Amino acid sequence: MDILGLTITTGAVIATLNATIRQAIPITLGSQSGLLSERSSIVNIGIEGMMLMSAFSGYMMNSYLSGSDISTFADDNMRLGVCVLVGVLTGGLMGLFHALLCIRYKVDHIISGTVVNILAAGVTGYFYNAQTETKGKIPPLISNPWEKGDFLYNVGAVLFDKDIITYLTFVIVGFIAFALFRTVWGLRTRSIGENPRAADTLGINVYRLQYTNLFFSGALAGLAGAYLTLADVGVFERGMTAGKGFIALAVMIFGKWHPVGALMGALLFGFLTALQSQLQFFGIVVPHQLVALIPYAVTVIVLAGFVGRARPPAHVGQAYEVE
Amino acid sequence: MATIAKSGAVKGPPVPSIVTKIVNSLRDLSNTLLIPALAILTAILVGSVMILLAGRDPIAAYTGLVEGAWLEPRGLVQSLLKTSPLILSGLAVGFAFKGGLFNIGAQGQLIVGSVAAAWAGYAFSGLPSWLHIILAMGAAAIAGALWGAIPGALKAYSGAHEVITTIMFNFIASRIAEWMISLGSADGKIPAGPLADPNSGAISRTKPVLDSARLPVVFEVPPPSVPNLNIGLFIAVAAAILIMLLVNRTTFGFELRMVGLNPSAAQYAGVNVKRMTISTMAIAGCLAGLAGAVQTLGINGYYEANQSLGLGFDSITVSLLASNNPIGIMFSAFMFGSMDQGTTRMQRSGVAPELILVIQALILMFIAAPQIIRWLYRVRVSGKGGQKLSTGWGQR
Repeated sequence: MDILGLTITTGAVIATLNATIRQAIPITLGSQSGLLSERSSIVNIGIEGMMLMSAFSGYMMNSYLSGSDISTFADDNMRLGVCVLVGVLTGGLMGLFHALLCIRYKVDHIISGTVVNILAAGVTGYFYNAQTETKGKIPPLISNPWEKGDFLYNVGAVLFDKDIITYLTFVIVGFIAFALFRTVWGLRTRSIGENPRAADTLGINVYRLQYTNLFFSGALAGLAGAYLTLADVGVFERGMTAGKGFIALAVMIFGKWHPVGALMGALLFGFLTALQSQLQFFGIVVPHQLVALIPYAVTVIVLAGFVGRARPPAHVGQAYEVE
Repeated sequence: MATIAKSGAVKGPPVPSIVTKIVNSLRDLSNTLLIPALAILTAILVGSVMILLAGRDPIAAYTGLVEGAWLEPRGLVQSLLKTSPLILSGLAVGFAFKGGLFNIGAQGQLIVGSVAAAWAGYAFSGLPSWLHIILAMGAAAIAGALWGAIPGALKAYSGAHEVITTIMFNFIASRIAEWMISLGSADGKIPAGPLADPNSGAISRTKPVLDSARLPVVFEVPPPSVPNLNIGLFIAVAAAILIMLLVNRTTFGFELRMVGLNPSAAQYAGVNVKRMTISTMAIAGCLAGLAGAVQTLGINGYYEANQSLGLGFDSITVSLLASNNPIGIMFSAFMFGSMDQGTTRMQRSGVAPELILVIQALILMFIAAPQIIRWLYRVRVSGKGGQKLSTGWGQR
């Protein structure tokens, strides 16, 4: 029984860790999206909407290309790749739209983000058709190389059998962490977040850099959306992002506007969310609603107690007027 | 007195005649109303394109919308019923904005208020109606105020940003409310929530509110229509006027606006910014809690999961649309309440209700970026341009 108990526990641990990663991926990508935007002094509360819109466009593209009369995309991977690209581009365009409102029209960043969120909820809900069908989702990139029964199989079950976006997310976090603090682009981006006037004086084209960064910010939110419909859930539902974009912002603040810190925050949040669905497998009986609020409560406690007064980029949220 | 008036008339600049005054104020009014009117028109036109894209008839859809919302007594009453909580929750957002705080937490404060009102509404029996209503409304107001004050205190003492904490508090409130009204597991291992109604069939909701706590009806719709107009609307309008006076005519309101514009300057001038942050959020939460009470005591008669889904986020748009002006919020709330009511009729012409969201987003965008409207219609309007609300993430 003990051995049996142990095997069940191992299974539950693996399931919890996998669920952690699954939950953390869209939030991590969303937090990197927020980070790129805020480091460029533009508040982005529209991540939620950008994710939703991209989740929708990627899904609809998949549905369109899955149609029997399209023979060009006989290869599933090719088709799904195009769909992910469509999702990412949708996000990028939404990012540019947000940038246009914030920079060109000097709309308050919070209002602009709210517009993005409502617009996305409206457009996706309006054009969504419940009868839409697709063929499959993104397959795992590398399958577990170890045999079942081998101890390493358990490690492999966590490390492998994941889709490409999951791995890409970790690469992206590393890349942004490097680029933000070790490259000319990063220095310029941080400078327009802190003091755009000074950056402008030194000859940096503030607006152009803001537009570029907002495109990438949107594209990352788009990748998160594409992950939801093309890799994770596999189908679109109305309002399926369910606050992930806002949680991504919380995680970004949790990580003090640092890419790796944000990743840690996302993993913590993902773990707490995963725990809630796994608790019953550990044999603990509590009302599931009360377990479900743990991740949110912990986020508040962590934010209030451990992070304290995080210092955001100094100029974030304010319009900059080139002289 | 007479001499002063006389000398004033001689020495002062020429006093504008009544006629000039009226003409000027009318011109101001048309200037302020022109952009919103054009914004709404443009949003409706874009909406028509979307209706055409889906292969439906825009005229039929919009006719349905107006008919369903305004042209029938039942529809109009429903629109007004939906307006009442929206005014209060819109005020909850707008009031916090005046103090420089972005309260995304109206949703959670509203849920907490609804639950508290429902509980006080059925737990006390034998009270005279006026006392019972005050008790239930008071319970909702206190619950909402506490739910708002906690993120306020967290902001004041630990710097945790209210945008994040209020969102988290929304999730927490809805989970706690779900648990309180949950029916428990069939095998009895998990007991039912403390407020659940065991006689509700399979629906999770609180026990029904007693008749003595239901809001009195002021206008009865001819049968067979059930919902009648109750005093909720008047409570909401009174709250809007009170908030306007509080913000514009009191020392507290002056300090509130000062903190909203520049917290460091306010601190320097001797305002206790920490205390202002907490009380601003508490009052905002109180308003949202009352919105929940108006819904529970006036419309539903119990608290049911998801009864206020989306109301909290609508209230952000309602407030932004009115530039956080309490009086303006009454009108934008009426517009949103009407749109919400009209969609049911609009759906008959095959148009998905989400179209309204698109129209609302576009209206908000055009009002926030009036340059687009000016460019589209080539109108020249003297205006201040975009409004500034947020002060970034960490400015206090």
